[in-house]
Amino acid sequence: MATEILMPALSPTMEEGTLAKWLVKEGDTVKAGDIIAEIETDKATMEFEAVDEGVIGKILIAEGTEGVKVNTAIAIIGEAGEAMTAPAAQAAEAPQAAEKVPAAVAAAPAAPVVDRSPDWPAGTPMKTQTVREALRDAMAEEMRADPTVFVMGEEVAEYQGAYKVTQGLLDEFGAKRVIDTPITEHGFAGIGVGAAFGGLKPIVEFMTFNFSMQAIDHVINSAAKTLYMSGGQMGAPMVFRGPNGAAARVAAQHSQDFAAWYAHIPGLKVVQPYSAADAKGLLKTAIRDPNPVIFLENEILYGRSFEVPDIADFTIPFGKARIWREGSDVTLISWGIGMTYTLEAAEILAKEGISAEVIDLRTLRPLDYDTVLASVMKTNRCVTIEEGFPVASIGNHLGAWIMQNAFDYLDAPVINCTGKDVPMPYAANLEKLALVTTAEVVEAARKVTYR
Amino acid sequence: MPPRKTAATTEAARPNISADDLKRYYRDMLLIRRFEEKAGQLYGMGLIGGFCHLYIGQEAVVVGLEAAASEGDKRVTSYRDHGHMLACGMDPKGVMAELTGRIGGYSKGKGGSMHMFSKEKHFYGGHGIVGAQVPIGAGLAFADKYLGNDRVTFAYFGDGAANQGQVYETYNMAQLWDLPVIFVIENNHYAMGTSVTRATKSPALWKRGEAYGIAGEEVNGMDVLAVKGAGERAVAHCRAGKGPYILEVMTYRYRGHSMSDPAKYRTREEVQEMREKRDAIEQVRQMLLTGGHASEDDLKKIDKEIKDIVNDAAEFSKESPEPPLEELWTDIYA
Ligand SMILES: Cc1ncc(C[n+]2csc(CCOP(=O)(O)OP(=O)(O)O)c2C)c(N)n1
Ligand SMILES: [Mg+2]
Repeated sequence: MATEILMPALSPTMEEGTLAKWLVKEGDTVKAGDIIAEIETDKATMEFEAVDEGVIGKILIAEGTEGVKVNTAIAIIGEAGEAMTAPAAQAAEAPQAAEKVPAAVAAAPAAPVVDRSPDWPAGTPMKTQTVREALRDAMAEEMRADPTVFVMGEEVAEYQGAYKVTQGLLDEFGAKRVIDTPITEHGFAGIGVGAAFGGLKPIVEFMTFNFSMQAIDHVINSAAKTLYMSGGQMGAPMVFRGPNGAAARVAAQHSQDFAAWYAHIPGLKVVQPYSAADAKGLLKTAIRDPNPVIFLENEILYGRSFEVPDIADFTIPFGKARIWREGSDVTLISWGIGMTYTLEAAEILAKEGISAEVIDLRTLRPLDYDTVLASVMKTNRCVTIEEGFPVASIGNHLGAWIMQNAFDYLDAPVINCTGKDVPMPYAANLEKLALVTTAEVVEAARKVTYR
Repeated sequence: MPPRKTAATTEAARPNISADDLKRYYRDMLLIRRFEEKAGQLYGMGLIGGFCHLYIGQEAVVVGLEAAASEGDKRVTSYRDHGHMLACGMDPKGVMAELTGRIGGYSKGKGGSMHMFSKEKHFYGGHGIVGAQVPIGAGLAFADKYLGNDRVTFAYFGDGAANQGQVYETYNMAQLWDLPVIFVIENNHYAMGTSVTRATKSPALWKRGEAYGIAGEEVNGMDVLAVKGAGERAVAHCRAGKGPYILEVMTYRYRGHSMSDPAKYRTREEVQEMREKRDAIEQVRQMLLTGGHASEDDLKKIDKEIKDIVNDAAEFSKESPEPPLEELWTDIYA
């Protein structure tokens, strides 16, 4: 049966091309794989192979013809002795791309229903714990409950953790489940992802998140995107955790906040706790979550003590902000170490007669937009506080989001307090300047309240 | 020191094969070739878009190794993945429909040629980042060892990927932890336009495992029986708990790197030489005929059967609808 040979698409972007040269003539016999023509694409000159065997009947497009559209019939091929003329109808066009999806503009509810349920019931016995101990307890409890949970990372086992977060885990769970790795972030992050694909629930510790840049390809390309790319068949239920952001005097390469980097990525969940209770409750939720979770800790906070509820199985859901102080004049939004400046600032502002509402986001993905919205609708002013760089910061995102969803409620532009737009300096005086400060938060709050 | 073998000894150690097995390998290799030819055709018609890397020429690698694998063994590879999927028993319809970006594809059309998966067939992708599948493969093996499963993982990667740093991070940990992973280097002599010798001064890629104490060997990847034999040695090594194993399988891709590669970095003669003298499918065909295991008619029957399967897959891939628009927002979080 005579069939048409169509002008092929020979690159992802080719729409038309030049039929540079015919390497066969009418009447020639060809077999699959024989080169029959040279075609110039938008990128290069390509050899075009026959896909079927047969005899070249009629050549429909002469060599040298430019601007031949993809899928135009360029020749007829058939069996020997067959009469071969061009069929009247052109070959069916390639299907059109799907209609454009309307841009998803989330319409904000007029008055959002905010989940303000307490994280633990009133009257719960409490114990004082450091963030470090709370994190360790969270891991230990989850490892007791689920044998597929294991911890891997540099110095997590015999050394008991570079920051002692995994202290005692090796003794309790043994070397099979508490695994010292060589210094190979890219490699062990990838092994962690593979282990998660294979049915385990890895906790991958980065000694600090600065080194996660070595592994970021696996975090994003392998862990975050696989569920989507597999059409829901498989994903990476795992936690990447470790200290994030500036410690003290460790300079540019060891002092970066990655909150905005990871919060950018659909497919990841991103958690950055401040208190010990949140560290514990959120880490347990992270370990149970069926998605890859970035869990950003902070070296300076590790040693801080907080009250932690003494409950057998205490968890905190993702996407639920915590209001540390209620207020009426200005909303201060922060999370993680940023909360230290924010709470200090709120204290100072209170003395000045400015009533600040302090929101701790706790999770950046999912983000509790309802709590943000309800608060801004009440105070009509907002300041965001974080240690990360100013460009494309979480504060930028919140400012834009508030503008789109609560524009009519704003009495002042949202101000983003961030780290400075410089690599972290080593010198003590400069380092202080580079970080966001309590004074800057106070000043921003005064500005948006016009005081 | 771990045992090491050279190509010469692998040839000698060819396994005994039944006529039925040989016919099956012929059929499986032919399915890949015809499928890939059809994919190339559909690409030319604009039904497949983006990057599309054909496996034509390398069929004996996956067919030989799958012949050495058992139910439950896992595999993971790069973007040049169609052959691996067909060889491990994935449905040609689902694979082709993924290539055309349709709902009937293995990833509902959301992954495409380079990112396809099948939990059912233990195929863990389809990875677009050169080398990334290597630690993922070791991680799958880690999970099997941790769970006490008697399974091995085949982690396939190219000669170009073999120069990625994460491969060596993985070799080190795989050997350190005795992971049951077979590192399969598909040495098709080129990484896009860069020949192996332009990328390294130590072109014996399998020997790089020596630095970590990993056993390995070079294999003639144009000989499906040699591949199967080497695969069986590797599997036995891994299943015995002796840790990873490296197979550097010497092979050749007949087509360009992807559909848009004019392949000007090699001569036509070089390609012709491989196609005409070393072609793995043709060799098995001759073996079947000269050994009296199959007649021309028998083989024609197989050819016809394959042609029908591939045509059905192509039809399905055209008729399966595009994914519904809601699919944009699904499968982001579990
Ligand atoms: C990390 C990374 N760098 C570059 C690329 C672009 N790229 C895709 S395939 C390829 C060549 C890989 O060659 P090889 O590993 O030999 O595999 P083959 O294509 O021959 O199967 C390159 C450079 C990529 N996908 N990922
Ligand atoms: Mg290659």
